[in-house]
Amino acid sequence: MSDITKQSLTELVENIKNKKLSSTDVTKAFIDRSEKSVELNAYITNDFTSALDKAKKFDQKPNFNLKLPGIPMAVKDLFCTKDIKTTAGSKILNNFVPTYESTVTENIWNEGAILLGKLNCDEFAMGSSNETSFFGNVQSPIDKNLVPGGSSGGSASAVAGQLTPVTIGTDTGGSIRQPASFTGIVGLKPTYGSCSRYGIVAFASSLDQAGPMAQNVKDCALLHEVISSYDPKDSTSIEFKRNHYSKELTNNIKGKKIGIPKEYRVDGMPKEIEDLWQKGIQYIKDCGAETIDISLPNTSYALPTYYIVAPAEASSNLARYDGVKYGFRAKGENLIDMYEKTRSEGFGAEVQRRIMIGTYVLSSGYYDAYYLKAQKVRKLIKNDFDEAYKKVDAILTPSTPSSAFKIGEKTNDPVSMYLNDIFTVPVNLAGLPGISIPAGHDSKGYPLGLQIIGKAFDEQNILNIAYAMEEKINFKNKITDWWIK
Amino acid sequence: MSKKDSEYLINRKDNQYEVVIGLEVHAQVLSESKLFSTSATKFGAEPNTQVSLVDAAFPGMLPVINEFCVKQAIKTGIGLNAKINKRSVFDRKNYFYADLPQGYQISQFKDPIVGEGKVILDMPNGQKEIGIERLHLEQDAGKSIHDLDPQNTFVDLNRSGVALMEIVSKPDLRSPDEVNAYIKKLRSIMRYLGTCDGNMQEGSLRADVNVSVRPKGSKEFGTRCEIKNVNSIKFMQMAIEYEANRQVDLIEEGKTIDQETRLFDTRKNETRSMRSKEDAHDYRYFPDPDLLPLEVSEKFIEELKNDIPELPDDKKKRFIEEFKLSSYEANILVSDIDTAKYFEEVVAKMGKNKDIKLAVNWITGELFAVLNSKGLEISQSPVSAKNFAILINLIKNGTISGKIAKTVFELMIDGDKDPQKIVEEKGLKQQSDPKALEALIDKIINDNREKAIEYKQGKEKLFGFFVGQAMKASGGKANPQLINEILKKKL
Repeated sequence: MSDITKQSLTELVENIKNKKLSSTDVTKAFIDRSEKSVELNAYITNDFTSALDKAKKFDQKPNFNLKLPGIPMAVKDLFCTKDIKTTAGSKILNNFVPTYESTVTENIWNEGAILLGKLNCDEFAMGSSNETSFFGNVQSPIDKNLVPGGSSGGSASAVAGQLTPVTIGTDTGGSIRQPASFTGIVGLKPTYGSCSRYGIVAFASSLDQAGPMAQNVKDCALLHEVISSYDPKDSTSIEFKRNHYSKELTNNIKGKKIGIPKEYRVDGMPKEIEDLWQKGIQYIKDCGAETIDISLPNTSYALPTYYIVAPAEASSNLARYDGVKYGFRAKGENLIDMYEKTRSEGFGAEVQRRIMIGTYVLSSGYYDAYYLKAQKVRKLIKNDFDEAYKKVDAILTPSTPSSAFKIGEKTNDPVSMYLNDIFTVPVNLAGLPGISIPAGHDSKGYPLGLQIIGKAFDEQNILNIAYAMEEKINFKNKITDWWIK
Repeated sequence: MSKKDSEYLINRKDNQYEVVIGLEVHAQVLSESKLFSTSATKFGAEPNTQVSLVDAAFPGMLPVINEFCVKQAIKTGIGLNAKINKRSVFDRKNYFYADLPQGYQISQFKDPIVGEGKVILDMPNGQKEIGIERLHLEQDAGKSIHDLDPQNTFVDLNRSGVALMEIVSKPDLRSPDEVNAYIKKLRSIMRYLGTCDGNMQEGSLRADVNVSVRPKGSKEFGTRCEIKNVNSIKFMQMAIEYEANRQVDLIEEGKTIDQETRLFDTRKNETRSMRSKEDAHDYRYFPDPDLLPLEVSEKFIEELKNDIPELPDDKKKRFIEEFKLSSYEANILVSDIDTAKYFEEVVAKMGKNKDIKLAVNWITGELFAVLNSKGLEISQSPVSAKNFAILINLIKNGTISGKIAKTVFELMIDGDKDPQKIVEEKGLKQQSDPKALEALIDKIINDNREKAIEYKQGKEKLFGFFVGQAMKASGGKANPQLINEILKKKL
C-alpha cells in the first residue's frame, strides 16, 4: 500500500484505468498517510469519510473516460467547496460553510476526482511561509521546523509529503511557485484569466490565479488541462483556445530561445542560487535550445509595486468580512464597535498590516502618489516583458532568492519575508504564466527551484521547456518521512 | 408674466439673493434583474427573497455586468441629448455599513458611461435649458430597518445591487419651480424611454439636492450644502426653500456657510447637519479589479439610437404642428407618455371627420376629473380610447349635445360601455327637426307672453331664460344651436 502514495498522478490514473488499483485502494492509501501526517498540519479540514464513500461509489460504477478517474485530492482552503467548511486560513471564516463550489474545483470533481480535504494556507493567502494561518504553521516534509513556503504551504507540504497525488493552489505574488520551490515540487501559475476566480476567496483580484502543484511536469500539465476553462461567471476570465496540455506535452524544445534577464542577479543573492541558475542555462543548452541575455529594466520596481497594488485590492476585498452576514462576529456596543472588535479579533496581524497599507495607499491625497503610480509602473513592467518576448520564447530565472528558512526565522521581519517574492511578483503583475520546477539542492540539502516565465496563454511552451529540463535535471526529492512515527 | 416677475429671489432688507441648485437624481433602472447579478428587482417582495450570493457578498463571488442595464443607461443618455462614452470604468466606493454587504458600492467615478447633455424645461416665461453634467451606473445598497426591534437593526438586501442611474445636473436651476419642472421632465423622458418607471413612492426616483445662495447679479457661486436623499418633489421644494433662507440668514448675520451634508426633516420642515466636510467619508475610490472597463462600439450605440421612441419635446412639436394645439395643451398631453398614448389612440379612432380640439378639451376636462376622483392613472382609465373617440364623434356630428354627452360619459364609466348604445337605449339622441322645435318654441313663447315683451323692449338677458325653457321642455335633447336660431327668429 505504501507504494501507492509514491506514484505520480499519471501512474495512478493509468493503474486505475487498467484496474490494477481501485479508487478505494488509492483513496485509502492517501487517507492513511494523511492520518499519519498530522504533525505536518497540512490539513485544516478533512473529509476522509465521505471521500471513501465516493471512492467506493466510483468503483461500483467507474467511468474511465474521465481525466481524473477516482483520484483523491486535497485542495487549498481558499477554494469554496460546497457543504465543506472553507476558512481561507482565517478565524473570521472559521465557521463558514459555502453553499456553492468554485469553478476550478467543480472542474476537478467533474473529471472524477474526489475531495480529501482542505489544505492549510496563509491567512487569506497573505504570507510566504504559511505562518500567518489561524490554524497554525505547516511543517515542511523536507525537514522539521522548516517552512514549506506560502501561501500555498499546506498544498506544497501535502504534495511533497505524498498526502495527496496533486493539488491546486493560488498564486497572487508567488504563492504556488515559492512553496513548490521550497518543497521540491512543480507549481504552475497560469496566465491571468486562464482559470476562473469564481468561488475563490479573493486576496488581490487583479493578481490572483489558481494553478496546479504536482510531483512532476506531466501531472502538472494534466491538472492544468482540467482546471483551465472560460467562465462567464468571472468577468476577467478569458476565452482562448486551450490546449490538451498533457497530450501535447513534448520534450523537444530544440531551437527555442530562452531569455536570461540580468536584473534578476540581485544584490546579496547566495552563490548557490547563482550556480543553480547557471546549471539551468546549461540544461537549456543541453536540450538544444538557445539562451539569450535580455534586460527587464523595471524589475527592481516590481516588489514595491506589488506591495501597493495587492494590499490596496485586499483592503477592499476583505471589507465584506464585517461580522454582519456570515463568519465570526464579536459582540459590540453598536455597529462600529462590533465592526472593530470583529475585525480586530477575526483577522491576524499580517492581514491587518496589509489592510492598513492598502487603506493608506488608496486614501485621497495619497492615491496618485501610490496606487496610481503603482499602476503606471505595473504597465512598464508588462512592457518590459512584451519587449523581451520579441526576442525570446520564454525566460529562465531562479524561483526564489534563497532556499526554505526555519519557522519563526522571519516572523518579525516582514520586509525580509516579502523579499522572498522578488522573482515571482513581476510575473503576476504582468499577468503571465510561470512555472517553478525543482532543479537542485542547497548545501543543507533543501530543494531549490528554477522558474520559467512564458508569454501570455503560452502555458504549453513553458510546460514543454520544464518537461525537457526535468529530464536532464533528474531531481530526486529527499523525503525522509521524519514526521511519521 | 415677464421674466423679471418670475425670478425667484430671497429678499432681506436691501439685499436680494439668488438661489443656485444642482441635483443628483438617482433613478432606478427599469430591469428584470440587478446590475451585477441575476436576482429579481420586483418592488414589495418579502424581505431578503431577491438576494443572490453576489448581492450578499459571499466569499469568492464576482460581479458580472447586466448588458440590459447598460443599454438602459445609454438610452437614457441619448434621451438627455448627451455624449455616450464608449469606454467607461466601474470603481469601488469603499465604506462600511450594515446594508452594504461588499463593504463597497460599485459605481462609476472618473469615467461615467454618459457625459454632458441637456434637458429643456417649459417654464411660464419660456423655455430654459438645464445642463446635464453626467450620468453613471451604480449599485443600490440594501435597506436597514431600525424600528422593528428596540435592540437590533434588521437588514433587507432585496435592493442590494439593484441598478441605479445617477444623473447629475449642472448648477443651472434657480428656483423650486424649476426643480419641479426638471424632475418632471427627467421622469417624463425616462418613462418614454422605458428606462425608469419614475415611481417616487417606491423610491425609484430620489435626489440629493445641492443648494447655495449668492447676491443677485453675482457671478461666483456661494458655498453649497448637499441635502441627502429627498424622495418627493414637494419635499425637495420645501427643503430648498428652507435651506436657501437658512443660508441667507447666516450671510445677513455676517456668518459663513459651512460646506456640509444635511438631512431634510419632513416633520419639522427643516434641514439639519448630518456631517461636515471634515467628517466626509474618504471613499478610497479605485477601479474595480473584478470588472474590465466597459467598452461599447459605435454600432451598439447606433442600434440603440434607432430604438429610441419619439420623445416628449418632439412629440410636442408634432402635436402643435399636426393637430394645431396650443403649446399649453401640447405640454399637458405629452408630459406623461400614457396620456400621449391615450390621446393619439383617440385621434386615430375618431376617423376622418374629427374634432381634435374637442377631444383635447374632453380629455383634460371630463376624463382627468374622473381619473382624479377615482385616483387612477390614465393607463387604468375606465373609458377606453375607442369608446372615448366614439363619444367625441357623437358630439361632433350633432347626435348628442355637449350636455347630454356628460350624462352619457358618466354612464360609460361603469364597464366601458359603448356610447352609441347608451344614446340609443336611453333615447338621448338630439332633437334636430326644425319643425318640431318650432312648435315647441311657439308654445313656450305663448306661455310666457310677458317675458317675450320684456325681451323685445330690450331686456336681452331673458334670451337665456327662453333657451333654458326650450331645453327643459325637450328633456335636454334639443339641438342648442337650432334652438338659438329659432328663438332669435321668433322673438
